[in-house]
Amino acid sequence: MAHADLISPAAVTLTDPQPLNIAGREFHSRLMVGTGKYASNSVMIDAIEASGAEVVTVAVRRVDLDRSKEEGVLHHLDPERYFLLANTAGCYNSSDAIRYARLARAAGFNEWVKLEVIGDQQTLLPDTEGLLTATKTLVDEGFKVLAYTNDDLVTALKLEDAGAVAVMPLASPIGSGLGMLNPYAIRTIKQRLSVPVIVDAGVGTASDACIVMEQGVDGILMNTGIAAAQDPVRMAAAMRMAVESGRHAFLAGRMPKREVAVPSSPVTGMLG
Amino acid sequence: MTESLSFVTEAPSDAVSITVNGADRRIPSGWTLADLLSSLGLDARTVVIERNGTILRDRAGFASIELGRDDTIEIVHFVGGG
Repeated sequence: MAHADLISPAAVTLTDPQPLNIAGREFHSRLMVGTGKYASNSVMIDAIEASGAEVVTVAVRRVDLDRSKEEGVLHHLDPERYFLLANTAGCYNSSDAIRYARLARAAGFNEWVKLEVIGDQQTLLPDTEGLLTATKTLVDEGFKVLAYTNDDLVTALKLEDAGAVAVMPLASPIGSGLGMLNPYAIRTIKQRLSVPVIVDAGVGTASDACIVMEQGVDGILMNTGIAAAQDPVRMAAAMRMAVESGRHAFLAGRMPKREVAVPSSPVTGMLG
Repeated sequence: MTESLSFVTEAPSDAVSITVNGADRRIPSGWTLADLLSSLGLDARTVVIERNGTILRDRAGFASIELGRDDTIEIVHFVGGG
């Protein structure tokens, strides 16, 4: 009964005592989603809807001048409804990433950027040196930088010092679906940083998302985990529930792990 | 004869050669950025333009930006990405 205020009669709906807040802006969903790799735009729209995400990432690319039809993602996605977070995906040095960020800002939606500076084509792991350089420059220019990085604590601390409004360590390489390879590293980053920690990349299925959120991080950004599912719309809904589930499991505080069994039923009152 | 043939296959002498999204294009002399976008069927509000490395923030000013020889124009927009 003590929790009656948290539970609605129709369905179990838990409130989050502290909604996600990045750079003073509050978000009601801790799940952010990408818009790449979908088989069709209608599936993408339905999946985003099912995910409950407010923050939606987009990439900056040349307009294909040889195509007559409009192929920009905003032709399908309502920028009034979602908070657009442009990325600098595909940039392999800080100056390219800065250029892409400036182009994205000039689109006129916001000054936020999901900053990626990639250092290796095989793994798409970040070039943390270039990332720090670009972060500093963009922060100076008034950008709200959400920095995609690896799961290294020291880099995460440096990004925070450089003024990133959120740090986005990977669970595992982009598009790999391997889940969280180093829970200890993710937990440590979350414990040591003051800015929000949004795990970005590597989440392959709902249990991955749940386990990531159980580490206490502030949110997850994913794309391929939804877009490459057999049924992206259903997976998007599953991810939504998994993120909420993991968040509440974290808030609830899990039982301690024990190496021995402890009976759940009374050990007294057994028949003689 | 060869010279005159090559002359007629070339664009008119008042054409200007520019680079748009990495490809060479010849446009009539005096064309503005707005003319270029219009010829490409693009709405200025849905794209971002970079001219010779400088982002052009003032969309209303596109009609008064005359394109010159060797201008390098990048026209970008948002596409799906993660």
